[in-house]
Amino acid sequence: MYVAVKGGEQAIEAAHVQLAEERRGDRAVPELTLAQIEQQLGLAVDRVMTEGSLYDRELAALAIKQARGDLVEAIFLLRAYRTTLARFGASVPVDTTRMTVRRRVSATFKDVPGGQILGPTFDYTHRLLDFSLAAPEGEPAPRHVASGPMSAPASPGSDDQPMSAPPRVVDVLDREGLIEPERPDEDSRAVGDITREPLVFPAARDVRLQSLGRADEGFVLALGYATQRGYGRNHPFAAEIRLGAVELELAPEELGFAITIGELTVTECQMVNQFTGSATAPAQFTRGYGLTFGHTERKAMAMALVDRALRARELGEAPLTPPQDEEFVLYHGDNVEASGFVQHLKLPHHVDFQSELVLLRTLRAEAGVAPVVTSP
Amino acid sequence: MSGYNFAFLDEHTKRMIRRALLKAVAIPGYQVPFGSREMPLSYGWGTGGVQVTASIIGPDDVLKVIDQGADDTTNAVSIRHFFRRTAGVRTTTRADEATIIQTRHRVPETRLAEGQIVVFQVPIPEPLRWLEPRETETRTMHALEEYGVMHLRLYEDITRHGHVETSYDYPVRVNGRYLMRPSPIPKFDNPKLDHSPALLLFGAGREKRIYAVPPYTSVRSLDFEDYPFTIERWDHACALCGARDAFLDEIVVDDKGGRMFVCSDTDYCERRRSGT
Repeated sequence: MYVAVKGGEQAIEAAHVQLAEERRGDRAVPELTLAQIEQQLGLAVDRVMTEGSLYDRELAALAIKQARGDLVEAIFLLRAYRTTLARFGASVPVDTTRMTVRRRVSATFKDVPGGQILGPTFDYTHRLLDFSLAAPEGEPAPRHVASGPMSAPASPGSDDQPMSAPPRVVDVLDREGLIEPERPDEDSRAVGDITREPLVFPAARDVRLQSLGRADEGFVLALGYATQRGYGRNHPFAAEIRLGAVELELAPEELGFAITIGELTVTECQMVNQFTGSATAPAQFTRGYGLTFGHTERKAMAMALVDRALRARELGEAPLTPPQDEEFVLYHGDNVEASGFVQHLKLPHHVDFQSELVLLRTLRAEAGVAPVVTSP
Repeated sequence: MSGYNFAFLDEHTKRMIRRALLKAVAIPGYQVPFGSREMPLSYGWGTGGVQVTASIIGPDDVLKVIDQGADDTTNAVSIRHFFRRTAGVRTTTRADEATIIQTRHRVPETRLAEGQIVVFQVPIPEPLRWLEPRETETRTMHALEEYGVMHLRLYEDITRHGHVETSYDYPVRVNGRYLMRPSPIPKFDNPKLDHSPALLLFGAGREKRIYAVPPYTSVRSLDFEDYPFTIERWDHACALCGARDAFLDEIVVDDKGGRMFVCSDTDYCERRRSGT
């Protein structure tokens, strides 16, 4: 005799106990500390902060530990925490021209004022497994090398502090009028907040950039890559990629001036893209922009490509490909939403499925297919 | 639970959601965009329904949570536990005792009563979505009451198969105006929505939409004069309680084609058996 399955509550509890055990792994192996994650898995922390839309290295490290290294799960944990936090104000826009730069490269000029600074990059590593890392530590600390410029700075006088606040490469083009100017919003409307207001279309660029900023790195990467292969091609040049610390400022109304409340490490990518022009307006380069928390260069570059692709309509291009389609991009880039909806298919659907069975059997019976007799 | 507000959401968020609910009730079947929050459970697990319930629940409410009609499915257990923990409210499995019933995929067999609220978890709120993927387009189609494509789709089903091929989430027209998805309930449950004495609220968290059917509002399943709307029928009665009027789950009992049919609504089935 069939007895309806009971005990969902105990099953869930048991699952959580097993999960905790699996997370801890073999207890003979020392437990990870948050400091270890924050220091030695720093790029994972950066990704979780970026897509979790919360700049807090310690909380991101905690999320990574709790999620057993599943970064999308860690991003979800951070988001679910973030959503409970009060909003007490909006910062003054971050000024990346005042960045203390750790890395800064331009692909559009051989040298630029402030110099090219390679910084901590995988770019020229040979991807050979370094078996020395497999051995326990104890080796002497590596010789510290200041991350200096690759060449003498082009502009004399900047030798003293070549890394502090180099001018933006796009501004060099801007001074010559070669690139579209960056215009502040005509009205002084408040910046959108996609965590408080639902998306509406057409979406403004601030909302698009916010969505791309927290969008899944893999999704944005694939779309950016697709633009390079012809799906919404926009002829990009990496005018500048910079990584470094910027000050975060808040201007409380009662104070009347801005005060620094902290420092953020960000990666910024400015792409220079194919020019537009008409009989009335002379040709100019266009822009694509990417900005992410921490050192998340792949994401920032892909974001700049997709930002530019999404400006299709504004720049008079026919939005014919997925990367140019803002509904497609903005509705499907969020990995917390996507992961949930894809995985919800594992929840019970047996009522809907029963409805389908009833209909399918009816259709087959009407088509003259004899039903297979089932035992009662 | 310490550290969190009653029923998890902060009061500003609840007010924002209640405003969306009021608008939804005022325009039956219309999808109201709302600032859906990230919840501590996964999208697809009922974040929309949970936000609606959290916004309307008070300390005196009695909550019932079902998934596939059953109170003991894991996700129903989990959501019920969430509200017990965050709101400390009394929960029940009895449909006639509950003031709020949160559900995924079913409407209880027990007739709903005035004063009750049913909260539906909605995965995709847009009835025209499979016909037109763009939100900008479907919003315009609703505004212009341009629903011909849906009728055409049903017509094509009938010409090809002799039946409408939709068995759940069957489209309805609310108050003679908006086309609405009733959420993935089997079409068996559609007639229960029509002129329901209970208030019906629908929450789609990931899609950030809320809609509603006020009490005693017309909810018509789309059909044609010569092909009227029909619901699922079984040749069996419930093997446990003998009900012939209930939606039945099919249980595979062996690997020789053995099947057993039992009520999907566990509360209804148990009460019929115990005579309460």
